[in-house]
Amino acid sequence: MAYQSLEEIAEFGKEHQIPFWCAVMLDDVNERTVTKEESIETMREMWKAMLTASMEYDETLSSNSGLVGGMGGKMEVYRQKGGTLSGDFTAQVIVQALQMGESNACMKRIVAAPTAGACGVLPAVLVPLYQKKTVTEEQIIESLYVAAGIGQVIASRAFIAGAAGGCQAEIGSASAMAAGALVSLRGGDSEQIMHAAGMALKNLLGLVCDPVAGLVEVPCVKRNVIGAVNALASADMALAGITSRIPPDQVIDAMREIGESMHSSLRETGEGGVANTTAAKEIAEKLGM
Amino acid sequence: MNLFDILGPIMVGPSSSHTAGAVRIGYVTRTLLGSTPKKANIGLHGSFAATGRGHGTDRALVAGLLGMKPDDMRIPESFEIAKEQGLEISIENIQIAGGHPNTARLVVTDRMDNTLEVQASSLGGGRILINKLDGITVNCTGAGSTLIVHNQDHPGHVAEVTTMLAQRGINIATLQLYRNKRGGDAVMVIEIDQPVPEDAVHWLEQKKGIMKVTYLNGADV
Repeated sequence: MAYQSLEEIAEFGKEHQIPFWCAVMLDDVNERTVTKEESIETMREMWKAMLTASMEYDETLSSNSGLVGGMGGKMEVYRQKGGTLSGDFTAQVIVQALQMGESNACMKRIVAAPTAGACGVLPAVLVPLYQKKTVTEEQIIESLYVAAGIGQVIASRAFIAGAAGGCQAEIGSASAMAAGALVSLRGGDSEQIMHAAGMALKNLLGLVCDPVAGLVEVPCVKRNVIGAVNALASADMALAGITSRIPPDQVIDAMREIGESMHSSLRETGEGGVANTTAAKEIAEKLGM
Repeated sequence: MNLFDILGPIMVGPSSSHTAGAVRIGYVTRTLLGSTPKKANIGLHGSFAATGRGHGTDRALVAGLLGMKPDDMRIPESFEIAKEQGLEISIENIQIAGGHPNTARLVVTDRMDNTLEVQASSLGGGRILINKLDGITVNCTGAGSTLIVHNQDHPGHVAEVTTMLAQRGINIATLQLYRNKRGGDAVMVIEIDQPVPEDAVHWLEQKKGIMKVTYLNGADV
């Protein structure tokens, strides 16, 4: 990839008078030697796969370990009754995040964004907007380029794997990607996209990766919820004109520094944090892990 | 890392490193062998050994050996499918000194009794790195178009391969050379910008001193 920072994507866009998403798309065209149409069709496939995965959620399934399953169904029943504390749209986002996280744990087909463990964040904010018909498929595809461009910069300046940098690298990155995508969908400019991503990531700095029994289930599925809801809040702040006082690229650098100093027991080894609680150890023992 | 390594791959869960990456390791191993193996001995190291079963790493590796890709819905049933197709599997936990936490060693045998040993790691996000081929240390992601040539460690083989690529207008992105000992077995790993036609691969295979040529089309995996 040609871009080493979010700032560079914004600069390229400014120079050529094109939006953020288009600067990311042109880089893909160049890197993979494909046409614009081919690049956009590949992105459309990703979106279609996300939608299919969302529609194919099965609330009767549980994961092999039996630790997760059915939460997305329960939340949907609760939402339909009305009167949720977080409001109907946010409740829909929570439902989607739980459902996608559970589908992943049940070995169903999903789209890693940027990882499988964080696959619920991006569709959680995009699918409800699309279902409400407030945005078109083309707008969604543009927003996915924004998300992927943000993720690519994070991957090159820091990391996107829990084993490398903790959960902040997975759910934090997914949340930054989703925040940028939301700003793009609402017609925000490159500055607002960057600040939304910066705020979203900053809010989740320090989050450790502590999966119970080493499985992508507890606490991963519910952390998809916080990633998605945090993306909504960060996008709204950016659209309100609030900025990250620390430049977004420097927030990414901070994430790297934190991840590098994080103890290995908190980086996807299943040894520390909630994975090290009495209850978690009992579960692990029962599963023979 | 390309854009669709970040947004993507489309895959069967639950883990891009422990499931999708494992399918790719199996798939690349099968491609390097040239066919579906009849026998596979799979060693799991580190986190693959500790949490692999819960993540379906074992089933994912076998799925790849059967030619499935990371988005194949049959991955959870790969053991049963292997049985139907006559692929005999044994799986054990192993320790590889200095190995990446997500590493597998696969020893596979085809129907002509050719054996291949592949050691590979899953780096996250579904990306993999082949560390060893038949015990020779290599460094190959298989993400782009890659030509892998096994040859005897004699003068002139590198020139043969690179001349052939130059004549066909194929640009070399990276070139790595490895050998087990002076005059012994050598491996060339060449990442290229354009695809290599099948007849070029066959032409190389006929050359004296070249034992095996494999072409990995990154887009396939």
